[in-house]
Amino acid sequence: MTKITIVAFDGTRHELAAENGSTVMENAIRNNVPGIEAECGGACACATCHVYVDEGWIDVVGEPEAMEEDMLDFAYDVRPTSRLSCQIAVSDELEGLVVSVPERQG
Amino acid sequence: MSETVETDVVIIGAGPVGLFAVFELGLFDMKCHLVDILDRPGGQCAELYPEKPIYDIPAYPEISGLDLVERLKEQIEPFDPQFHLARMVTRLEKGEDGWFEVETDAGECLRCKVVVVAAGGGSFQPKRPPIPGIEAYEGTSVFYAVRQMETFRDEDVLVVGGGDSALDWTLNLQPVARSLTLVHRRPEFRAAPDNVNKMYAMHERGVIGFQVGQVAGLKGEGGQLTAATIKTADGTMDLPCTRMLPFFGLTMKLGPVADWGLNLHENTVVVDTERFETSTPGVFAIGDINWYPGKLKLILSGFHEAALMTQAAKRIVHPDERVVFQYTTSSTKLQKKLGVR
Ligand SMILES: Cc1cc2nc3c(=O)[nH]c(=O)nc-3n(C[C@H](O)[C@H](O)[C@H](O)COP(=O)(O)OP(=O)(O)OC[C@H]3O[C@@H](n4cnc5c(N)ncnc54)[C@H](O)[C@@H]3O)c2cc1C
Ligand code: FES
Repeated sequence: MTKITIVAFDGTRHELAAENGSTVMENAIRNNVPGIEAECGGACACATCHVYVDEGWIDVVGEPEAMEEDMLDFAYDVRPTSRLSCQIAVSDELEGLVVSVPERQG
Repeated sequence: MSETVETDVVIIGAGPVGLFAVFELGLFDMKCHLVDILDRPGGQCAELYPEKPIYDIPAYPEISGLDLVERLKEQIEPFDPQFHLARMVTRLEKGEDGWFEVETDAGECLRCKVVVVAAGGGSFQPKRPPIPGIEAYEGTSVFYAVRQMETFRDEDVLVVGGGDSALDWTLNLQPVARSLTLVHRRPEFRAAPDNVNKMYAMHERGVIGFQVGQVAGLKGEGGQLTAATIKTADGTMDLPCTRMLPFFGLTMKLGPVADWGLNLHENTVVVDTERFETSTPGVFAIGDINWYPGKLKLILSGFHEAALMTQAAKRIVHPDERVVFQYTTSSTKLQKKLGVR
């Protein structure tokens, strides 16, 4: 299990034990983290699972792939740290990862 | 542009389930017309995930959304379905003579004996971008589609987005508009490369503006837009404009289906599980749009629903004929209809 933290828009910190191989989005949904909608169920087809990766984690998490970058066009208030949480797979390297939820999903 | 068509069955929605219904209905001698808001058949598979693999279609270990649609189109070809694309069904009513009247926003009237609502998650409609106060300008300065180019003549137009629609309308409206600026959050586009090149060439010649950034706010009064505030990497700026065309993709809304007097369960249409008929006899609902206890929104379930619905539809369209159960493998009659014999 890998510990990840998802910070809701109101500042509430959701500390979750995530299984390696699962996506950050799946963990958010399973634990009812508010603000992650994931309408398309993780197919990278809706951009309603948008999160900001904490500055310190950018390099570890990495850049979005082209398809994800395309979907991000539909997200609200996209920043250089923006990712779609259904495209971030949990692994040992992400132990301690912090991401935060934007004000709204599209 | 008003015309009247008569047919056995009108299918509202040309998603995978609406398409397969043509096959089942066709085997039982029912002619179908399909109506869809999208400009091509395939519903969610074609619009939302054309290239993504589906793994739970029986006998296909893996098939992409688009391939599934292509196969379905091929499978129903023998029944010569008539498509009315880029049309929204706005009205559904039963006429005094017992025929249903299905009206589209293009003014067509389709008369039929049976209606199949295969409207999926509802009608695809343009997404409203999350810009504060945008509602106040919709229909006067902000438009989500170009119905008439004249609306943009001699105006200062802002096109927002990075897909094909944004690029198409940038190229098409440039000659009409007084000025045109394209705003996109990054210099890369998910559009036909040819059009992207054309756009950059026009930008270089100074014919259009191109700004990397995101629209953060709108300025104006009484629905008349005067400027858009753009957030860029180096801060914010105001771009003067009188018309804005945001292209932020499509979202599904139940839409007119809610107005047809059918019993609803949340945003879906209640049906029975023997015939998949709605609260209005002769109107059936199959696929993602329907609800019954245990409903699963899967393509597979929609196909099954189409087969059972057909048995009930047949009794309405051809009341005097006996419904005989047959296999496509062995029935010469069915094979004739499929054109394989
Ligand atoms: C990303 C993603 C992945 C998926 N993966 C799978 C999977 O692996 N397996 C699976 O079984 N399912 C999957 N699904 C679900 C599957 O796509 C749906 O179950 C299926 O598309 C439902 O088909 P349908 O024909 O009922 O409706 P839709 O595909 O939604 O089509 C309905 C059509 O009706 C039209 N329409 C609605 N109202 C009107 C109107 N008033 N006038 C005119 N036209 C109208 C719409 O424009 C639309 O084209 C997935 C869905 C998504 C979004
Ligand atoms: S859940 Fe739809 S893009 Fe991530």
